[in-house]
Amino acid sequence: MRPIMIDIQDLDKSYGGLPVVRGLNLAVNQGECFGLLGPNGAGKTTTLRLCLGLTDPDGGSITIAGLPVPIQAREARVRIGVVPQMDNLDPDFTVAENLIVYGRYFGISAATMRRRLPELLAFASLGAKRDAKIGELSGGMKRRLMLARALVNDPDLIFLDEPTTGLDPQARHLIWERLKLLLGQGKTLFLTTHFMDEAERLCDRLAVLDDGVKIAEGTPRALIAEHIEPEVIEVYGEDALHWRNANADLPDTRFEQSGETIFAYTHNAIPALARLKDRKARVRYLHRPANLEDLFLKLTGREMRD
Amino acid sequence: MTKTAAARSVYALPRVSWRWLPMWQRNFMVWKKYLGERILGNVADPLITLVAFGYGLGSLLPTIDGLPYILFLAGGSVCMSTMNSAKFESLWGAFTRMHAQRTWDAILNAPLSIDDILLGELLWSAAKATFTGICILAVVWALNISRQPASLLVIPILILIGMTFSAMALVCNALAQGYDFFTYYFTLVVTPMTFLSGVFFPIKAMPGWLQVIAKALPLSAAINLIRPLVLGRIPLAPIRDFGILLAYLGVSFYLATVLTRRRLSK
Repeated sequence: MRPIMIDIQDLDKSYGGLPVVRGLNLAVNQGECFGLLGPNGAGKTTTLRLCLGLTDPDGGSITIAGLPVPIQAREARVRIGVVPQMDNLDPDFTVAENLIVYGRYFGISAATMRRRLPELLAFASLGAKRDAKIGELSGGMKRRLMLARALVNDPDLIFLDEPTTGLDPQARHLIWERLKLLLGQGKTLFLTTHFMDEAERLCDRLAVLDDGVKIAEGTPRALIAEHIEPEVIEVYGEDALHWRNANADLPDTRFEQSGETIFAYTHNAIPALARLKDRKARVRYLHRPANLEDLFLKLTGREMRD
Repeated sequence: MTKTAAARSVYALPRVSWRWLPMWQRNFMVWKKYLGERILGNVADPLITLVAFGYGLGSLLPTIDGLPYILFLAGGSVCMSTMNSAKFESLWGAFTRMHAQRTWDAILNAPLSIDDILLGELLWSAAKATFTGICILAVVWALNISRQPASLLVIPILILIGMTFSAMALVCNALAQGYDFFTYYFTLVVTPMTFLSGVFFPIKAMPGWLQVIAKALPLSAAINLIRPLVLGRIPLAPIRDFGILLAYLGVSFYLATVLTRRRLSK
């Protein structure tokens, strides 16, 4: 069994009497990518802040790499890299200076940082932007620099709070590829996201938080198998609602509705597909395997959260 | 849990460690980049005040306690410029780093604490303010307003003055929701203090009750120390004046630490 990097037990945190994290238990193993999923306000970012010792828990315990947090949070942070949700690069400095100055906060000398710069810049694909100002970088470049900055102390554990929010597909894929490289080096990743494709691609295991409570945990495939029928038919079009009403008798089929789209979840899609092909209903449809998004929506509901 | 909780309480005294240094170095590195603008901004305004009021207004005035007006104004100008420089850096500078740029957030993910950041900001602001004070002192020498060797003793005292006014501004910074909030601090604290503390006219020109208030202000204490030294004299009550400055520094820095922890440790 690999050692446990993050051990969270019975964690509680409330703000002004409002519970944000409730009785959370989590264990993240060394070298794995663990995803924390949940709608906005589910307590994901608060959990990260608690793990870093930036805010104190009301109850429960946190151990990071064997160190109790928040008591030894400073020592724990020496071994952690953080990519926060919002870019907070230093706009007064160039790309290279951002890394050098950040290294100094970890007690790393400017000379050491200068030696490590080429490697960090290459990792972030920013070799050509070494002397560029932060304002000249694209969103994807800034994100990559944030990732490189999180690596200045060669951390064992990396926290990523929604690492690809707001990026275009090319930029997201590049970040994912880099994160996989880090996993290949044996680093432990702990990330929050609400992109299900991101979680499915990267995470060995994940937990779904809702309203501060863990409502599911496991590998992506096992979670889908446990909670969701394997096949999904999405039916769109102006007659979609009508089609659902006319086919409510389909065996072993669970219907969900989101706006004018019907989701039919089933273990056997053949009868439904046969009727869809047969009918002259003005509907379009898509037959696909169930994914994390289906799971997420089933567990946390379809209504808006904020 | 209660023992450790007490040690980590927001009301604990500021915990001092050398980790403030990288914060200080970061600010120094930025300052060096904009050296020209910074020196101009630091020096031009106080220089204009000193010359315009000192020579212009001074030519119309009788002497004050036997001193030509510009000589009276010189020591006050050094203190006022030092105060304003500390105030500016610990309000706009610190607030930009804390709130707008989220630089403090980034640093808190490294092994620095809020206490380290505040101490770094305090000492940085004091260094910048001392530099400004020295610039004004250099003008006083260069224009031959006063060239007393004793005025070199002013320099270490400027560090304390800079720290005091930085700590006071950091309290305001911890409470601010936006840049406009600073107006309260200026209008209600800085401007009245500037006029009450004997920069432009002696405190004894004011009614008795106002003199009592004026004498308890940190800028008065600073001027009581600096003005005689600029003139080559010995301050009259150095222990009282150092005491006043240290009290404002201690109380303000503690308050700033507690308020900033409450603001950021959520």
